[in-house]
Amino acid sequence: MSKSAEKSRKKEVKQSLIPIYIMGKKHEVPDSLTIQKALEYAGYQLVRGCGCRGGICGACGTVYRFPNSYRIEVGLSCQTVVEPNMYIAQLPFFPGNKATYDLDTLTATGSTLAALYPEMYKCIGCGTCTRSCPMDIDVMEYISRAIRGDIAGTAEASFDCVMCGLCAARCPAELVQYNIAILARRLYARHIAPPAKHLAAAVQNTRKGVFEEGVKKLKKMGTEELKKVYTGRITEPDIADEFWEPEDMTYLVSEKTR
Amino acid sequence: MPYTAELKKLIKNVEKTRARRVEKKRKGEEFPAMSLDERTDILKYHPDFKEEGRREICIGPNKGYKIANEMVDLIHARSRVNPESIDLSSPDYETDVLVIGGGGAGTAAALLARENGCRVLVATKLRIGDANTMMAEGGIQAATKNGKDSPYYHYLDCMGGGHFKNDPDLVETLVTEAPDVLAWLEKLGAMFSKFPDGRLKALHGGGTCRKRMHSAGDITGAEIMRTIRDEAKNHPADIKILEFTAAVELILNDKGACEGAVLYNLETEEYFVCKARATVIATGGSGRLHIQNFMTTNHYGATGDGLFMAYRAGVPLKFLHTVQYHPTGAVFPEQAEGLLITEKFRGAGANVLNVDGEQFVYEREPRDVEASAIIRECTVRGKGVPTPTGKFGCWLDSPMIDMLKGEGYVRKEFPGKWILFKRYGIDITKEPMMIHPTLHYQNGGLAIDSSGKTDIDGLYAAGEVAGGIHGENRLMGNSLLDVLVFGRLAGSAAAAYAKKKYKPGKLSLQHVAAYNKEVASIEDAATRVSPMVLPDYSNPDVRKRQLTTDYVGTIR
Ligand SMILES: Cc1cc2nc3c(=O)[nH]c(=O)nc-3n(C[C@H](O)[C@H](O)[C@H](O)COP(=O)(O)OP(=O)(O)OC[C@H]3O[C@@H](n4cnc5c(N)ncnc54)[C@H](O)[C@@H]3O)c2cc1C
Ligand code: SF4
Ligand code: SF4
Ligand code: FES
Repeated sequence: MSKSAEKSRKKEVKQSLIPIYIMGKKHEVPDSLTIQKALEYAGYQLVRGCGCRGGICGACGTVYRFPNSYRIEVGLSCQTVVEPNMYIAQLPFFPGNKATYDLDTLTATGSTLAALYPEMYKCIGCGTCTRSCPMDIDVMEYISRAIRGDIAGTAEASFDCVMCGLCAARCPAELVQYNIAILARRLYARHIAPPAKHLAAAVQNTRKGVFEEGVKKLKKMGTEELKKVYTGRITEPDIADEFWEPEDMTYLVSEKTR
Repeated sequence: MPYTAELKKLIKNVEKTRARRVEKKRKGEEFPAMSLDERTDILKYHPDFKEEGRREICIGPNKGYKIANEMVDLIHARSRVNPESIDLSSPDYETDVLVIGGGGAGTAAALLARENGCRVLVATKLRIGDANTMMAEGGIQAATKNGKDSPYYHYLDCMGGGHFKNDPDLVETLVTEAPDVLAWLEKLGAMFSKFPDGRLKALHGGGTCRKRMHSAGDITGAEIMRTIRDEAKNHPADIKILEFTAAVELILNDKGACEGAVLYNLETEEYFVCKARATVIATGGSGRLHIQNFMTTNHYGATGDGLFMAYRAGVPLKFLHTVQYHPTGAVFPEQAEGLLITEKFRGAGANVLNVDGEQFVYEREPRDVEASAIIRECTVRGKGVPTPTGKFGCWLDSPMIDMLKGEGYVRKEFPGKWILFKRYGIDITKEPMMIHPTLHYQNGGLAIDSSGKTDIDGLYAAGEVAGGIHGENRLMGNSLLDVLVFGRLAGSAAAAYAKKKYKPGKLSLQHVAAYNKEVASIEDAATRVSPMVLPDYSNPDVRKRQLTTDYVGTIR
């Protein structure tokens, strides 16, 4: 692996070229490229429409169509490989309405969603959003769960959303689905999922300085001594269950006694 | 692209040994981990140890320090702008705290600066959240289960991973603040993977002695990033976000303190002056410099800009001589090349195997050790698996995870990777993945103290751009943590400075003018500019035909 993907591709000459249409204009590009790399091959230096290059930031929502097809296809340009005769347009930005709120004071109910995003009820159940989602999320389903006030269900069904905006761009009822979804996820995690008790305890123990002495001791050690302690430390076995505790409980606070 | 017939044949070797390997794992028998001496020995296969890959810096506070050529190139380079052409007398933006970079560290800093009563401006190169933070998959470390884990053990692991070279004060801060960060995220409504009773799920990561890797499915960074971004956008009056606006130089004043930055609007190509009482650099890493031509996992904007700006202003660099190569980047299919295969796969028990389907390294060694072992297998030992494009990789045996943890585990815990490979015609619950080390993380960076302050008054740094916390090698899960620990601390410290200590001076770019002058005497340096801002992946043939790059008449 001595060449970066991007650089090596520029040098390969003998790959087969296929025609694609970038905003209607024809370009010949190698058939192994993603749409994103094909745009670069065609000569564009991307500023918008390119973030992570790894399918997770949602910057590169793209729509395309083949000649003689009524279907609008969608994809993330960094993840979708070019095909002959694609007509491509990127959608690097689509204005979306985001409510502002103080999560602490909200309740995890359908009426919270309804108050912040009343347009939710305009959904006509057309399913366009689901067909537009490059992450294969059943968007209409999470919206109907939101309408039913099922916060946990909305949170779970929308978890993979990369907030690319393609659903919102095509929604006839003008919803901004991904913003409703993130509100539901935050409500769920903050107010429905039980808080982690061990975490609260760890915050308290650590703040109280229970482990301070141990850490200070390590800090004072010379490298050789530290190496010895490091090498001698016990590793929690892979197969250990949640409540495994080592024999040596120094610098630990047993959860069993609590 | 599904596996070719040749590769399918080689996969048979993996299948042949699988039952035996699973059986061993079930019994708790692992491939022997390397001793410290063996680790030192194998590191000679690591790219950091390639002498021809690096050279000395000839200018600035780290004169004589040897780091990667690609970084030295950008240190030995002049500024994008002629400082004299910039009018500092009437700033275009004024704010209490300027945050440069809208990734995890920057957004956390912005939230805390606001909480501490400041108006904040976030200038970021792409969109807020288009950042390495978004891409982190595996998880975030924190000692949250005190029955078996505490900052004591976290400290030990972190130091061991970093070859005991880490800055002890920074490590102490990291591990002590860690539980607070997790609690902060829980309160902000980040959806961590939990048991029904609320207990956080946690796994091992490379180099950990306790299971303290917390995650949100296999998109931990994305869940953290989108949550804190949503929160930042909940305060539009106090946190202003300028996207597609890169900082290109810091502005100092006549007393040597930092008072903002020169910003570049990537779309209109204008330069603006932003005056700030305090500034936080959170520009992240530098994978897109493609050190030694390695492929990278990093986002498009990871060009190390903050390093070069701050170095010009006089902030020293630390630990930049080591770069982290993630042991498991995809090498097949070609479209996915460089893409990260999270360490969580190995945490969940997947073995790393050579062309014969045999183990040659324990799958949870620290990253540099693991990567070196894979490089050795693919080079001197000649036991790599050949790809159709003439490269080599090793197998990561994902199918054994379901056998260990139960049917459906991979689909549930790694939904992102499962879908992605399915699209390429590969079912990772049935076929192993092909991997090779890929350029991943900038271990070092700007020198800071435990509040995130640099040597320059009014200038703070946090996140991947800073150095010292991870010594020579970062453990997985300690970076998301570092970004939030030091992002929050830097935001608070910057706010305190802006409110109490800030003393206005006369804005100046004198340091840039002086640097430009000094750099001119270094061979070749005058032909290069930095920061890079964006890498260039456009077609060189097209570039050749772009005959008019300045305005000629009304257009370019
Ligand atoms: C694929 C991948 C997986 C990872 N997995 C994990 C993991 O599982 N656990 C873990 O702990 N760590 C992981 N890491 C590492 C971790 O995600 C990063 O180190 C960390 O998120 C960096 O955060 P940051 O805020 O410092 O930088 P970033 O999140 O990269 O943010 C920097 C921001 O600054 C912007 N910027 C850059 N230059 C300028 C400029 N000149 N002006 C203005 N803005 C600028 C960038 O565009 C970006 O938005 C992973 C990294 C990658 C790439
Ligand atoms: S596209 Fe809009 S209207 Fe149609 S189902 Fe989706 S949310 Fe409802
Ligand atoms: S739900 Fe909407 S915003 Fe989210 S990934 Fe799907 S199309 Fe994009
Ligand atoms: S560039 Fe981030 S999803 Fe495609």
